Amino acid sequence: MNRIDRRFAHLKANHRSGLIPFITAGDPSPDGTVALMHALVAAGADLIELGVPFSDPMADGPVIQHASERALGKGVDLAHIFGWVREFRRRDNDTPIVLMGYMNPVEIRGAAHFAREATAAGVDGVLLVDCPIEEYASAAPLRDAGLRQILLAAPTTTPARLARICSAAQGFLYYVSFAGITGADRLDTNSVRDRVATIRAQTQMPVAVGFGVRDAQSATAIAGFADAVIIGSALVDRLAGAGSTEEACARAHAFLTPIRVALDGTSP
Amino acid sequence: MNMIQDYFAYPDARGRFGDYGGSYVAETLVAPLAELNTAYQALRTDPAFIAEFERDLKYYVGRPSPIYHAQHLSQRVGGAQILLKREDLNHTGAHKINNTIGQALVARHRGKRRIIAETGAGQHGVATATVCARFGLDCIVYMGAIDIERQKINVYRMKLLGADVVSVTSGSKTLKDALNEAMRDWVTNVADTFYIIGTVAGPHPYPQMVRDFNAVVGREAHAQMLEQYGRLPDVITACVGGGSNAIGLFHAFLNDRDVAIVGVEAAGDGIATGHHAASLVAGRPGVLHGNRTYVLCDDDGQITETHSVSAGLDYPGVGPEHAFLKDSGRATYVGITDEEALAAFHELARTEGILAALESSHAVAQAMKLARELPKDKLVLCNLSGRGDKDVHTIAARERIVL
Repeated sequence: MNRIDRRFAHLKANHRSGLIPFITAGDPSPDGTVALMHALVAAGADLIELGVPFSDPMADGPVIQHASERALGKGVDLAHIFGWVREFRRRDNDTPIVLMGYMNPVEIRGAAHFAREATAAGVDGVLLVDCPIEEYASAAPLRDAGLRQILLAAPTTTPARLARICSAAQGFLYYVSFAGITGADRLDTNSVRDRVATIRAQTQMPVAVGFGVRDAQSATAIAGFADAVIIGSALVDRLAGAGSTEEACARAHAFLTPIRVALDGTSP
Repeated sequence: MNMIQDYFAYPDARGRFGDYGGSYVAETLVAPLAELNTAYQALRTDPAFIAEFERDLKYYVGRPSPIYHAQHLSQRVGGAQILLKREDLNHTGAHKINNTIGQALVARHRGKRRIIAETGAGQHGVATATVCARFGLDCIVYMGAIDIERQKINVYRMKLLGADVVSVTSGSKTLKDALNEAMRDWVTNVADTFYIIGTVAGPHPYPQMVRDFNAVVGREAHAQMLEQYGRLPDVITACVGGGSNAIGLFHAFLNDRDVAIVGVEAAGDGIATGHHAASLVAGRPGVLHGNRTYVLCDDDGQITETHSVSAGLDYPGVGPEHAFLKDSGRATYVGITDEEALAAFHELARTEGILAALESSHAVAQAMKLARELPKDKLVLCNLSGRGDKDVHTIAARERIVL
């Protein structure tokens, strides 16, 4: 059983809300990425989204754009990222890892080659921001290798497409809370609740909500109806400029702990 | 190699040109693109829409543009006859206006009053600002901070036309980053905003739509050749950045297998130096800006920075239809260096009294190369896609002349 499926089954059995932090691999420091991943888990992360930096992140707001630029500026590449996942797995064989990024690095590596390297390192899933279900075939080798391809649904997704996405979804379904880029401040909890209810009527797949979740308050509001909350830009912003690995880990801990506590306090 | 029966059958219903094209976009944009596609597929065969477009091309743009026999240049080269399709004579000085008129009409049909665009050299930005002024639409143009510095006159021109020019400071601060930023705006304001993409790239239906609006160039040229010379040209050539003027000229000729087609990319300092923008000549298939095409990137898939003396060719991707024409063998793609383009610019200026855009000068250089190898009775048709007034400062600076 894939670690993602196992983790969501476990969350459900224990009536817990999932907490999914996103960090950009190699930011704020390449040397500290593995320690930071362990710190996220220690602070209560149920799954880690590891951003693969890309030169042209069209769907990302300034916070994640700049994190990508910093990481690429320090020479972060796929070999590093797979190496960090491998190293992380030596001490943690349970926490699922999803690589989040764009199509071109997968295309250039070759999807089958990328999938082999990712699974060998201990990656569990891949979320390709610019690969909607219409282009799903391009990523087939990832799924064939056992990786879960995480699909997104958005406020603009039509009912017909939502049905298609729900029937193809693997691992969990990522609901994008508003039409916009990552890190924007446009979260409207009520409309998200209605959309998540629509999704739930069509699939048993766990639903995680991301974009615009930034603190304990917004996280608990979302956790009232979703299986997990995804927090990216607010965390990446907090980590930016940390002077050392210890400081980055401490900041991650200070940021996530109140959210974890709040989620555990309000879980059904 | 050449197994394609009908080049006019592309893209297919999924927006594919063979292996290329498609719609690699964020989930939020899928539905708006599908709506745009449905609307556009109806409009492109709607006689009233076509009539509206053609009326604007005639009375506002000044079409048809002539085919001019560059006799003195041809004599100087000493081979085949070089013919120039004079897109530089259009309103705003380049082919770009054909597309912006078309897309502004589509925007109006869709009831969108807020227009966004990206621009590199500023030509597409000016053409977009122009049509927005005319149709009374709000216009926001995204432009890389470096390009804003390099193209001050076009920035001011856009402002005179009432557009907001937004400086983009992410990434390499050039065209590709302006495109990223325009995409981010669109994903955020998709309900009321129409994105006028400036080249035959982007997600479906943009490569088809931009091609259709520029295909008037080739349709006119096809008819003009038959009328003026009683036959089609032996070779046609055009410069390729994203590739809109080239596909505009090429498209009408794609099924005329006796007409050779040569696309000209920017070889910058030379392909071997790595400082170039020749995606088809030196790149590989990947995914950029919503479509599968040839891109310039490293082994990790990171898009690499490009170089060309001509800002309009300085782009690390290329329209997917060109990728398809390359792989099918219907068109050949070559590189022309900065030096060769500048030499052609001067040659054309002195022999014919025409200042060509630096982009178009790449095509002129290739036309001269082709003509040199061919007998006098052969005809080489070159798309002179824009005028060079915008480039005189760049050329002067490069040649260390203080104005």
